[in-house]
Amino acid sequence: MSLFARTALMLALAFLYAPIGVLIIYSFNASKLVTVWGGFSTQWYGVLFRDGPLIAAALVSLKVAALSATIAGVLGTCAALALDRHGRFWGRGTYTGLLYAPMVMPEVITGLSLLLLFVGIGLDRGISTLVIAHATFATGFVAVVVGARLKGLDRSLEEAAADLGAGPARVFFGITLPLIAPSVAAGFLLAFTLSLDDLVIASFVSGPGATTLPMRIYSQVRLGVNPEINAASTLLIAAVGLVVLAASWLTGRKGAAV
Amino acid sequence: MHASTSHPEQRLRLERVTKRFGTHTAVDAVSLDLAGGEFFCLLGPSGCGKSTLLRMVAGFETPDSGAIRLDQTDLTALPPHRRPVNMMFQSYALFPHMSVAANLAYGLKGLGLSRVQSAERVRALLRLVRLEGFEARRPEKLSGGQRQRVALARALAREPRLLLLDEPLGALDRALREETQGELRAIQRRLGTSFVVVTHDAEEAMALADRIGVMERGRLVQVGPARELYERPASRYVAGLLGDVNLIDGRLGRPEPGGIRSVETALGFLRASGEGEAGNPVVVAIRPERLVVSGEGAGLQGRLTEATFLGDRIRYRVEMANGSTLRASAALPAAGPVPSVGETVAVAVPADAARILPA
Repeated sequence: MSLFARTALMLALAFLYAPIGVLIIYSFNASKLVTVWGGFSTQWYGVLFRDGPLIAAALVSLKVAALSATIAGVLGTCAALALDRHGRFWGRGTYTGLLYAPMVMPEVITGLSLLLLFVGIGLDRGISTLVIAHATFATGFVAVVVGARLKGLDRSLEEAAADLGAGPARVFFGITLPLIAPSVAAGFLLAFTLSLDDLVIASFVSGPGATTLPMRIYSQVRLGVNPEINAASTLLIAAVGLVVLAASWLTGRKGAAV
Repeated sequence: MHASTSHPEQRLRLERVTKRFGTHTAVDAVSLDLAGGEFFCLLGPSGCGKSTLLRMVAGFETPDSGAIRLDQTDLTALPPHRRPVNMMFQSYALFPHMSVAANLAYGLKGLGLSRVQSAERVRALLRLVRLEGFEARRPEKLSGGQRQRVALARALAREPRLLLLDEPLGALDRALREETQGELRAIQRRLGTSFVVVTHDAEEAMALADRIGVMERGRLVQVGPARELYERPASRYVAGLLGDVNLIDGRLGRPEPGGIRSVETALGFLRASGEGEAGNPVVVAIRPERLVVSGEGAGLQGRLTEATFLGDRIRYRVEMANGSTLRASAALPAAGPVPSVGETVAVAVPADAARILPA
């Protein structure tokens, strides 16, 4: 890579990651003032772990993420299979569009429409509505990830299994699923992080007693930023980063690829 | 493993099988009877419908009309996993997440074999394709030729009454292909299973098959042993598909005694064998190796424009008086002169080698 290209890349990366870097550095600040450096300290992490409501919010977030990612993983995989495997059935293009639309839909609109729905059918807002809402918009992402894998999968593998006497269930669980498993896992992890990150939709559809971590952080920041929030955010970044790395490792792995 | 007896009662019967994709007719009313233990080749260029026909026999496509029977049993409505037929795929379709042994054993489930019997069958298959010691390998760790043999063994694992092979040698390089042709033939003879091979390679079809079926745009246009198709093609399409051929347009003369007919062409009158109504436009087809090129003697006069030495034979191009070119080839004479480029030569056309085909 030329010096120019290297410099350009560094500048772009700095632009993208400098704010996050500042946040991480200040999470180790000994001072109580966010903008004044008072020496290195991990005291805010200690404060963080004694902050009951914040821990509770984190647990709610993890629970919602796990449940919604599981639902989205199953539904998204089913949708991708239906769109990929059943040829050019009538309305296929429309279905594909409908599946992908929630991905580009403004979150405010998704959140508002879900809120109207939940109020309309009289569903009490809480963990269950959060899970449903997150599963709704993550399903499309899973379908995209799994669909890409299915497109690259040699159809004759499934045909060969059927030819060798395997019924549809044995073909799916013995051949198709093991071969697309990395993409299903990657889709699950993607859905997990999307749920963990979400603030807008959660603000619409959650109810009392179901405050997620981003909601908690946001409400605290409105009362003033403190280093404890920096520490919480740093941990959130670390968690999401790890999950994204795992997802890209799963989809990019060569050995299992077909 | 298999009994080496042949089963003459086992036969495939296709009855006016037709398949359309939208407005395109991929397979058009194909009827065919296959004897037990027969090695049959479907030959044709890509898009002629041969693979679609094979996939209908395997059950991956459903015919729009017609019936497919195996030993009097109607297969037409059966899904692939219920047909006593197996297929070897062009891509081999080996399961990448399973070892060679697991690939071979995949089809044995549900046959009612004990674990010991299954293991014995897998060993016998590995022996059959000479891959002993490769049980634990993953397909990605095998060479192309080894993968091909695993695919063949896997397709034979259920001892099918009929094996379908889609371009089985297509992915192999030339040297390996010739060796594998012999092996495939030997395995087929030993097992007595009926084989149907799809190929676009005429040489391969001739090397493998007892009978060849030539397909043209969805239709089965001629069926017969390789030699019959090569020497007595029914159309210029079949003649051209099976090897190099000279085609000369002309008009058919009246019948003469002995079945030989005279054809009026731009090169003059040619004597050829075949049938047809006098006065009809026809094509005379002659294989290059049946033309006799000599420095002097009887025959059509022309000028030798090219003589290519090919080791075991010489290929000639002769420009005729009307500007057309005839291609001839001849075994190298043990001694004596060979016509040289630029000379005037005579091209003799033996009447029994010149076939009259519809124009």
